[in-house]
Amino acid sequence: MSKLTFARAINAGLRKSLENDPKVILMGEDIGSLGGVFRVTDGLQKDFGKHRVIDSPLAESGIIGTAVGLAYRGYRPVCEIQFDGFIYPAFDQIVSQVAKMHYRTQGRVKMPITIRVPFGGGIGSPEHHSESPEAYFTHTSGLRVVAVSNPQDAYTMIQQAIASDDPVLYFEPKRRYHDKGDVDETIDLSTALPLDKAAVVSSGSDVTLVAYGPLVKTAKDAAMAAADDGLSVEVIDLRSLAPVDYPVVEASVRKTGRLVITHEAGQSGGLGAEIAASITERCFHYLESAPVRITGFDVPYPYSKLEMHHLPDLDRILDGVDRALGRPNSLSGLEG
Amino acid sequence: MLTDQAGQGVHHDTPGPGQSAQNPLRTGGDLLQLVSPEGERISHPEFDVWVKDVGDEQLCSLYEDMTVIRRIDAEATALQRQGELALWPPLLGQEASQIGSSRSLRDDDFVFPSYRESGVAYVRGAHLSEIARVWRGNASYGWDPQRINLATPQIIIGSQSLHATGYAMGVQLDGANTAVLAYFGDGATSEGDVNEAMVFAASYQAPVVFFCQNNHWAISEPVRIQSHVQLADRPTGFGIPSMRVDGNDVLAVMAATRVALDRARSGGGPTFIEAVTYRMGPHTTADDPTRYRDPIELEDWAAKDPILRLRKLLEAKGLLTEDVEARVKAKADAVAAELRSSCIGMADPQPLDVFNHVYSTPNPWIERQKDHYSRYLNSFNEPVEEGAL
Ligand SMILES: Cc1ncc(C[n+]2csc(CCOP(=O)(O)OP(=O)(O)O)c2C)c(N)n1
Repeated sequence: MSKLTFARAINAGLRKSLENDPKVILMGEDIGSLGGVFRVTDGLQKDFGKHRVIDSPLAESGIIGTAVGLAYRGYRPVCEIQFDGFIYPAFDQIVSQVAKMHYRTQGRVKMPITIRVPFGGGIGSPEHHSESPEAYFTHTSGLRVVAVSNPQDAYTMIQQAIASDDPVLYFEPKRRYHDKGDVDETIDLSTALPLDKAAVVSSGSDVTLVAYGPLVKTAKDAAMAAADDGLSVEVIDLRSLAPVDYPVVEASVRKTGRLVITHEAGQSGGLGAEIAASITERCFHYLESAPVRITGFDVPYPYSKLEMHHLPDLDRILDGVDRALGRPNSLSGLEG
Repeated sequence: MLTDQAGQGVHHDTPGPGQSAQNPLRTGGDLLQLVSPEGERISHPEFDVWVKDVGDEQLCSLYEDMTVIRRIDAEATALQRQGELALWPPLLGQEASQIGSSRSLRDDDFVFPSYRESGVAYVRGAHLSEIARVWRGNASYGWDPQRINLATPQIIIGSQSLHATGYAMGVQLDGANTAVLAYFGDGATSEGDVNEAMVFAASYQAPVVFFCQNNHWAISEPVRIQSHVQLADRPTGFGIPSMRVDGNDVLAVMAATRVALDRARSGGGPTFIEAVTYRMGPHTTADDPTRYRDPIELEDWAAKDPILRLRKLLEAKGLLTEDVEARVKAKADAVAAELRSSCIGMADPQPLDVFNHVYSTPNPWIERQKDHYSRYLNSFNEPVEEGAL
């Protein structure tokens, strides 16, 4: 067991994958001598060479489009998109090519491409540096989408993503890069929790609280604060956003009868809407109140002085928990 | 004989400053220089005429602008270190490129910058608080683009080159004689957008000038990773003439930009300028160039400092009087002080501002979120009512 920061844990996972499989190559802007703007790839070019850790030209469509060709040729490219907001120039390659190639060729061509995306806000950056674009990708069939929330998962799931024959969007909560945690580097990938499974990270009986990525920590903090108030909140770390592990969420909601979902992304068309609808379909008779979403607002990510208002925090989540439980809350007395 | 890339004569409605319609068309190749790194004036048969009007007084005022923006840069970097700005992209070393090009523009020309063109913003008449507030995190835009004909800073690399080309197409449709100028860096030339902009500009002979500040680095990646040919050789493949100019030589930058703007205004179509310069500071205040840059390289370029070069020229001409020095220093001091006070005195934005201007008319869904959030904020002051939602 070692204590690693989130960023170092991903670094260690990438290193393992590079060591184990000569077909794994890393590409992205500034990932070489700089080690990436977040230092996630620190030292890898030095140890594996410029042909396996490639400083790419400044062209996102180029990074993903050439990864498609490399995958055709049997490589397993791991592409870094420097910041969430810079993925859009590559959007066409991801949704029109990467996602569809397997289906188009009826399985004859595989796209084992991993696309690493530092995402989410909370670090006081200028615009395009704090986006939560996951729903665009969960809407696209053919892609697996995951969001990691702690160093151990970061270490394990990056290797699982790289080993997956499907393309994986691997979202890294950038505001947690410096968080430290225990990482078992000897973990056996074949027995570790699979990439597409959710995890119950704290159990409870009154409300189910679903989170992923950066908000898992906030959700756990909220559950602890609620416990002081005599409430028992079950927190689920979704981990996989596409596909969503519904059996785990379902089982929890059948137990608690109440559902709160939180994410940084805006509400409309977001993952929270999808989960609320799916759980309502699956557990309608178990629900004691309407599912509640605590999300970012339907506005462009605000400039940094206001981002704390946009991002769900502990208090906003607790207010949502109160709403699900019918306890006094900020919207008490309002209809609809 | 003056020709465009199709080999036809180009006719000028508006010849450049006091010269006979001689618009030198170069395609990449030699570095245009009008002042040597030692500060000697190098005469040039074709380009001299384009800066003929730049007399003693103009030279001093170029020196003043360059000194002032270096001071803005230093003050902003200090403000960032003191936590008053969230981030700052320094332009140290690029003063001649920014001042030489922006001082060549007319007020009615329209400019599309990236994020590093604070010097251009200063010349276009942006207020210092407008330059600071985006980097402070207080606003999503700096100045009113329509007031000073300068688009808002662009972070997505190269996008603005397409916007500039579209604006230029509009100018052409209107039959106006406005020129449009887009700034971007060497790294940006790798992006699809910049290449698509060149395709559009060439297709429609749009009156746009692509001004590439080749400062040698795209964060940690040297220009040689992005291009195996000189950047000025790229546009010629799109049918766009180009000029490669010493970006640390304010006179050469001015001459080249004036040629390109004149070509745009007179129906000669797009031009690409590669201003060869150097980013002496970090990419932004969040960057650490010691991880990727050889200090010797920095030393070499420091010897080619654009302000130093102009100083030497002024000294040789006997223009750097105590008077001029004092005046320039006073101006730089005043501007720096104003930047500092406007930054520190800036009022914080209000929480509910988050919801404003998402659409041009009120949107019921956002209004609802605004109402709920305002109730939420108020719930911290008042006990919340019994009775659940
Ligand atoms: C589409 C996009 N990809 C990546 C980035 C991150 N990024 C910001 S600046 C930069 C380097 C830009 O280099 P260059 O175009 O040479 O301009 P310079 O900063 O040197 O002026 C990068 C990679 C971005 N802002 N936009």
